[in-house]
Amino acid sequence: MNYSKKEIEIIKELLFKIADDQLIIGHRNSEWTGLGPIIEEDIAFSSIAQDKIGHAQAIYNILHELGEADADTLGFLRNANEFRNCHFVEYPIGEYDFSLMRNFLYNNAELIRFEMLSGSSFEPIAKLAKKIKGEIKYHVMHADTWIKQLGKATEESHDRMQKTLNGSFNLALGIFEPGEYEEALRTTKVFNGERVLFDSWLSSIEKILEDSTLKLPDRSTWNQVYGGRRGAHSDYLQPLLDEMAEVFRIDPTTEW
Amino acid sequence: MKSYDPRITRAKLPDAEDKSEPLKKMDEWETYEVFHQKKRGEQHVHVGVVHAPNPEIALIFAKEQYGRRRITANLWVVKSSCIHATDYEDQDIFATVPEKTYREASDYYVMDRIRKYQKEHSIQDRKELRRKNK
Repeated sequence: MNYSKKEIEIIKELLFKIADDQLIIGHRNSEWTGLGPIIEEDIAFSSIAQDKIGHAQAIYNILHELGEADADTLGFLRNANEFRNCHFVEYPIGEYDFSLMRNFLYNNAELIRFEMLSGSSFEPIAKLAKKIKGEIKYHVMHADTWIKQLGKATEESHDRMQKTLNGSFNLALGIFEPGEYEEALRTTKVFNGERVLFDSWLSSIEKILEDSTLKLPDRSTWNQVYGGRRGAHSDYLQPLLDEMAEVFRIDPTTEW
Repeated sequence: MKSYDPRITRAKLPDAEDKSEPLKKMDEWETYEVFHQKKRGEQHVHVGVVHAPNPEIALIFAKEQYGRRRITANLWVVKSSCIHATDYEDQDIFATVPEKTYREASDYYVMDRIRKYQKEHSIQDRKELRRKNK
């Protein structure tokens, strides 16, 4: 399919927010490596983090094909205001309940987003979405299984999961911050839009939460945290970027 | 002091210093034996163990431990406590009398005869052909 110059810019904006989400949550989750509650979980969680960074790299490569800088430059040399990830993914890892809940809420959205993209008219992203489908399916399986286990295991685990769900839900709503060109993405059949994604996500997580005896926060308390998609971030992002790129920035031209 | 960790038990620490309490039921995870199947239809082969609180999480762990770096069609997990084993003290039940080697598969040499037959009937060995053509 041929796109106008303007349409390419719109596609790029979409790709940036998806790739940035994956990179930042991947980096955050990698902070658990070596500290996981047990070795098997440490390995699984780290591996999931690594997958997400790989997805980011693959999308940066597509952006590179569209005329942007190479993946390393995009990942390591931009400042916070140039990133388009949602606030949710940049928040510190907190305790394990928060990190698991974030993965649960985020991964379920990620799975549906890539399912939608696998039918995109923009072939490079459709192809990638099909390729990584199995990985993301496992990420969701991992998160869903833990949420069900901890939701029902003991009173303490249930209370902690409910508390962390209440505390993170508004951040999760920020995943679906609409872009300026939702309509154009729909009419060009590139992506069906955040609204469709949100509705589908909500029914997915409601099912799992019910199985886990956890309750979605009351709608009257919903207050989505937007800004990330415009480059307006929390104070947590810049230090993360500084740390992530610390070694790369010593000598960006070196061969690894 | 007795511990699950044999190194601690060997150290023979005085009991008085141990103020720990036994784990409560929910805190103590079981181990699950993991069986890996490479291709659909092939047998599952034992590959190792994972710790987990339930079979679902055991499968989630087994996928990363044992399915990540090899081709995998399917995994099984089985509670280690479900395995019944022979006693090593009874290992002598497996001892084969030396002159009964015909009972062992390794005692059969058929390739010589197959090669001879192929030669006599000018049949080409397909496996060998493939190897040469590589």
